[in-house]
Amino acid sequence: MRFEGPAAVAARREELARKDPDVRTLRVCGGPGCLASGSRELLAALKEAAVASGLDPAKRRISFTGCLGLCERGPLLELDPEGHFLRGVAPSDAAEVVGTALGEGKLVPRLSPNPESPEKESLEFYGPQKRLIMRRFGKIDPESFDDYLATGGYEALVISLFESGPAETLRRVAESGLRGRGGGGFPAGLKWKAMTGAKGTPRYVLANGDEGDPGAFMNRSLMEGDPLAVVEGLTIGAFALGAERGIIYVRNEYPLSVARLEKAIAGARARGLLGENILGTDFSFDLSVTEGGGAFVCGESTALMASIEGREGTPRVKYVRSTEAGLWDKPTVLQNVETWANVPLIAANGPEWFKGIGAKGNPGTKVFSLAGETRNTGLVELPLGTKVGVLVNVVGGGVRKGRRFKAIQSGGPSGGCLPESALELPLDFDHLTEAGAMMGSGGIIVMDDLSCPVDVARYFTGFLAEESCGKCVPCREALPVLREVLSDLTRGSGRKGDTDFLEKQAGLLKETALCGLGQSAANPVLSTIRHFREEYLEHESGYCRSGRCRGLYVPVIDPGACRACGSCQKVCPAGAVGGKKKEKRTVAAGKCVGCGACLKACAFFAIRAERKEHVG
Amino acid sequence: MPKTNPGAPEAVDLTGLRGLLESRPPEARELLPLLRDIQTRYRHLPEEAVRGLSEYLGLPLARVYAVSRFYKSLSRVPKGERLVKVCLGTACHLRGAPALLEALEGKLGLALGETGKDGRFTLESVNCVGACALAPVVMLDDEVHGKLNDESLADLPL
Repeated sequence: MRFEGPAAVAARREELARKDPDVRTLRVCGGPGCLASGSRELLAALKEAAVASGLDPAKRRISFTGCLGLCERGPLLELDPEGHFLRGVAPSDAAEVVGTALGEGKLVPRLSPNPESPEKESLEFYGPQKRLIMRRFGKIDPESFDDYLATGGYEALVISLFESGPAETLRRVAESGLRGRGGGGFPAGLKWKAMTGAKGTPRYVLANGDEGDPGAFMNRSLMEGDPLAVVEGLTIGAFALGAERGIIYVRNEYPLSVARLEKAIAGARARGLLGENILGTDFSFDLSVTEGGGAFVCGESTALMASIEGREGTPRVKYVRSTEAGLWDKPTVLQNVETWANVPLIAANGPEWFKGIGAKGNPGTKVFSLAGETRNTGLVELPLGTKVGVLVNVVGGGVRKGRRFKAIQSGGPSGGCLPESALELPLDFDHLTEAGAMMGSGGIIVMDDLSCPVDVARYFTGFLAEESCGKCVPCREALPVLREVLSDLTRGSGRKGDTDFLEKQAGLLKETALCGLGQSAANPVLSTIRHFREEYLEHESGYCRSGRCRGLYVPVIDPGACRACGSCQKVCPAGAVGGKKKEKRTVAAGKCVGCGACLKACAFFAIRAERKEHVG
Repeated sequence: MPKTNPGAPEAVDLTGLRGLLESRPPEARELLPLLRDIQTRYRHLPEEAVRGLSEYLGLPLARVYAVSRFYKSLSRVPKGERLVKVCLGTACHLRGAPALLEALEGKLGLALGETGKDGRFTLESVNCVGACALAPVVMLDDEVHGKLNDESLADLPL
């Protein structure tokens, strides 16, 4: 059923709001983390239990929903409308959850992390968050068009088409100060304005869903949790920019994102919200999905367009902007999927509202994936400008017991490591860049005292050397050299002067690489040297204080701190830990294979990684 | 018949190729999508299929080769029936993916990137599957297995 005009959309939304006031829904988290912990099996078990208990399927619904965030405690559930949040739910809990929660709307206390206040907002993980992009996660079935409509979907498009018009829509986005969520933070308004003056048809709007950074899954969660928000954002953009065609480019490894987006597009098309004469106006626009082929560099804008055109996905020099000659040399605006998902919010609520969220020059929220060594990990949405310390210590709950915070790595392979002083830093585009890291697409990895900055730099440099497309010399040649020197350092074959050499080569790479990804490929090395030079110098002389690099340390147990619990002895694969029950333990340096298991296992912080020469 | 790899080119039944190609319009932009379709159908890009594609799209064979070499999901040699992908993303790296990879190489008797002689498994790496909270993880085809250690590794259906 096609909507012929705005009245039909509003009428349908009202109809959905009126229908069944006593419907209750169990929403099972379908985010990547929960899927991996078995939420698909859980969903099946819940549905089976619901059939067995004879509940009316029209009033007692069970569905998947977008990522609820706290991945580590999955599978997660939310009960709508009660708002009860359950974690660690197993298929064996299905009968009880269906009977008590879905049937009666009551809490299952043993599955609640906080039975006294069962909404998830009461947890410290959610407290500082502001879920705008993720506002529908937990509230809708991402495959249901009606759910999207009922939660305010397509209000923004109607406002743009029938109240604002193209010029006002563009003004709203430009004045909102929205910046590109893919990493660079380029002002969206500048791109949009540049396209208005460009000539040529057809004109394109593209969405970048080629999320390639290791440690990043916010784009995936968005495409799978609220795909229609991306579709609506692109439609509004196309209207403001006079574009006829749109393409969403999705990473090869995300088949579910492709399926959800295609379903969303088909749903919108069937209702006349894509295609010819949208909502009875003379605005026509259509949208399709293109899948990548497994190449990190295709996240770069010009490489992405080359890939869509059916060529090798290599970047080109940007002396001509894509807004003038982009895809097939036509005017093109390409933005990250999260940037597009902000557009409906701004088009409906206006720039002043948007600027009221976040920090000066950095308005709005940003979705981060928090991983690494904090107690809580998962998907987080914070107003820009929130202190790093809030993310690490409040949302993340701090590092694990007995460990010390060492650094955050932000922005993936294009970003950098920042030390403890970064906890005071506001999380926004400008402050992170200034400190030598980068917002990137929003991956934040927390490192504790057992993580080694040299090893992390080696890891990212190895990744980048592998993924370099090879088109420009600096990136193709410098990265393998950097990787070799870093590997030497982490293997104990480092030489005096390696650190200075790395710094110089990485500096050259930054200045001379062709594309943005190549230029930022130096960041992992440069930022770790800048903030952890001392540890680099220690590696030059064969010592890793983090106990991470094999053979570059010997574990030594401090007899004053050892509580004789024996957990180090249990995990040692080499039988190098000596001592009987209730005795303080010691390590036989000769037997130690340097795996670091004892360092991780000690809950009392009693084992240090010592220089080999210092141990007899 | 057991498949070998890389070995001599074997006979691949290409009867469905025409229909597969014609499911998309003969336009340059369909090059990557069609290569992906061929890869999915035959688990690699058979030489004849690549030539057929070049003719169908009217593109030089050199360009089809170049594109098929560029993207990691495309392969000129047959892949195993099941793909075992070890995540080497950042979080997995920090939580022991390198050791996990070593253990899997031992278990399957394959080095990273290899396909077994019996054609059952291919061992690959992947850069983040978005399950960082469950690091380290392994993907068996499209299924993610998380929080792996020596014990749970033994339970993997391999």
